[in-house]
Amino acid sequence: MSHRMYPKEEYLLKGHASCPGCGAALLLRHVLKALGPNTYLVIPACCTSVIAGPHPKSAFKVPVLHIAFAASAAAASGMIEALDKLGRTANVVVWAGDGGTVDIGIQALSGAAERGHNIIYICYDNEAYMNTGIQKSGSTPYKAWTTTTPLGNPSFKKDVPSIMASHRVPYVATINPAYPNDLYEKIRKASRIGDGLKYIHALSPCPPGWRYDSSLTVRVARLAVETGMWVLYEVDHGRFSLTGPSKNLVDKNKRKPVREYLKLQGRFAHLKDEDVEEIQRLVDAQWESIVRLLKEQQ
Amino acid sequence: MAVKLLLTGNYAAGYAVRDADVDVVSAYPITPQTTVIEKIADFIASGELNAKFVRVESEHSAMAALIGAASVGARTFTATSAQGLLYMYEVVWWASGARLPIVMGLVTRALGPPWSIWSEHADFYTMRDSGWNLFFASNAQEVYDLLLIAFSVSENQNVLLPSCVSWDAFEVSHTYEPVYVLGKEEAAKVLPPKGSFKPLLSSDEPASHGNLAYPPEYLEVRYAMREASEKVLGAFKEAASRYAKHAGRDYSGTYECYRCDDAETMIIGIGSIMGEAFRAVDILRREGEKVGALKLWVYRPFPYNELSRALEGVKAIVIAARSSAFGSMSPIGLDFASLIASRGLNVGIVDYVVGVGGTDVYAEDFVGMVREAPKNMGKTIWWVR
Repeated sequence: MSHRMYPKEEYLLKGHASCPGCGAALLLRHVLKALGPNTYLVIPACCTSVIAGPHPKSAFKVPVLHIAFAASAAAASGMIEALDKLGRTANVVVWAGDGGTVDIGIQALSGAAERGHNIIYICYDNEAYMNTGIQKSGSTPYKAWTTTTPLGNPSFKKDVPSIMASHRVPYVATINPAYPNDLYEKIRKASRIGDGLKYIHALSPCPPGWRYDSSLTVRVARLAVETGMWVLYEVDHGRFSLTGPSKNLVDKNKRKPVREYLKLQGRFAHLKDEDVEEIQRLVDAQWESIVRLLKEQQ
Repeated sequence: MAVKLLLTGNYAAGYAVRDADVDVVSAYPITPQTTVIEKIADFIASGELNAKFVRVESEHSAMAALIGAASVGARTFTATSAQGLLYMYEVVWWASGARLPIVMGLVTRALGPPWSIWSEHADFYTMRDSGWNLFFASNAQEVYDLLLIAFSVSENQNVLLPSCVSWDAFEVSHTYEPVYVLGKEEAAKVLPPKGSFKPLLSSDEPASHGNLAYPPEYLEVRYAMREASEKVLGAFKEAASRYAKHAGRDYSGTYECYRCDDAETMIIGIGSIMGEAFRAVDILRREGEKVGALKLWVYRPFPYNELSRALEGVKAIVIAARSSAFGSMSPIGLDFASLIASRGLNVGIVDYVVGVGGTDVYAEDFVGMVREAPKNMGKTIWWVR
């Protein structure tokens, strides 16, 4: 759909407290337009606890329950069951960071997915504990600098969308703020699926945490896709498919070198040539497994 | 129509949840709480209770689910014990801070290590400063009655604070006793109408709850909570009096006193062991000792005024605290020491730690504690007969 067709109504209001160039704010704006006013947000400790603005005001035009770090998926479970019991329908949506999802919140998320509550869980992944000052999370990329990995992250990013797909939830998708049309369609689709947990994993570029200029957020986000480091896809009732520009990147020659993505970001500034080559090999290997998966599905 | 049934304390809790017509139950199993949630599951399966049961993967999630449910206006219940409460603890405070009328049953159990499944109240006392209303039942009938009263107190629009009703592992949780059960229709007469409290969140009127608050606003929110907590005892008495009219059992005094008139020495405690304390009073009275016993139903808010009246004419109190105490007096000993000091009462206090890890406490123990009170005055003693 064309960007002109988006609802004019804004649900993340002006005056919110995000950093300039915040990927999460950009995501939220479009996600909420796709969800509409009959939406309850459940937000654990994360940057959005601050973006929402200080009590008693709120930058959101939808109701928000702020909740403890590990508790968001469970709180949303109870909320949707209560609304159902009370005869009301609404989107109940968790909006959580990567720490609150892949680390401290994964148990509650797994439980909610297994029980099959009719909720949408969105992880906006800025790839570290940004709100507390850029500490490494389970979603921090290999070799990336953070304040707790000053020599680069020795471990690999946890693949939570795959973990969620293994729960056989009806819908898993990745989104990226540089591709709002792809995002919009996926959120709309998720809100139409009436059963089970819908899991959305969003890349959320972070100028202060990734060490790039705040004017470059969309360029960084786009390069993540164009280099193949971030894959846009969905798993709709078990069926995997590439979406948006990622559909055209199966051929390695069509993908830009990962160096183009890495070189814009200070968190990768310490990488040596062999590090960049290793990351390139890992990305290529990931794409090979995607090709195998697509063949298996045929 | 009230009926008389033979029930354990845990089953009595299940009947209270059925009769309160709870909307959302969320729980994780732990001994000795399990038969509470099994009973509720049976009621839901048989259609006697039309509720959603969220079978969560942890106690942390159990309370979080109720926070989500209560925030949109549902009547909610969970139950847990010991380690479960500690695992839940972060969100226990979130529930009270969010001013949600959640009701929880806590089957008290000693904390590990070493592993124990038997009763001690250390878990209960961890909730002391959390802003929850804390009630304690010492038999199956009190479990049923206090749970129904708890819903009335919590959902009172002037209160909107969660309530916890506790009872001892096994001695109450798994012991069958005759219990008068009101039934849903009769219970509805003593409970607030469903949906009578204003939900925290509604998409009709979007608002946020729990945003970051700068110090002055945080202070404002917490002070409002303090003001609400000061209305709890009034709300409790009102609810208990209404309950007494329908059920014939009166808890509005906030405590039960046994042979307290003219008592010079008062045994004070909480829970099932107090039955033996009452028996000790009979033994000591036969010997001409002016002894009474006081059992608390309401622990938080601490009923300072009511209890200071109860201590008129009393020369010494013998505290029986079923909780390991390290580095200070027992929790309930501290409460009564603060009562004595703040009201300028001329009452001596002996602080006994008893029944730790489920050890039995008999009337003979209480007799010994009273007899040895003069030499133990002002001390905290771990009582072993």
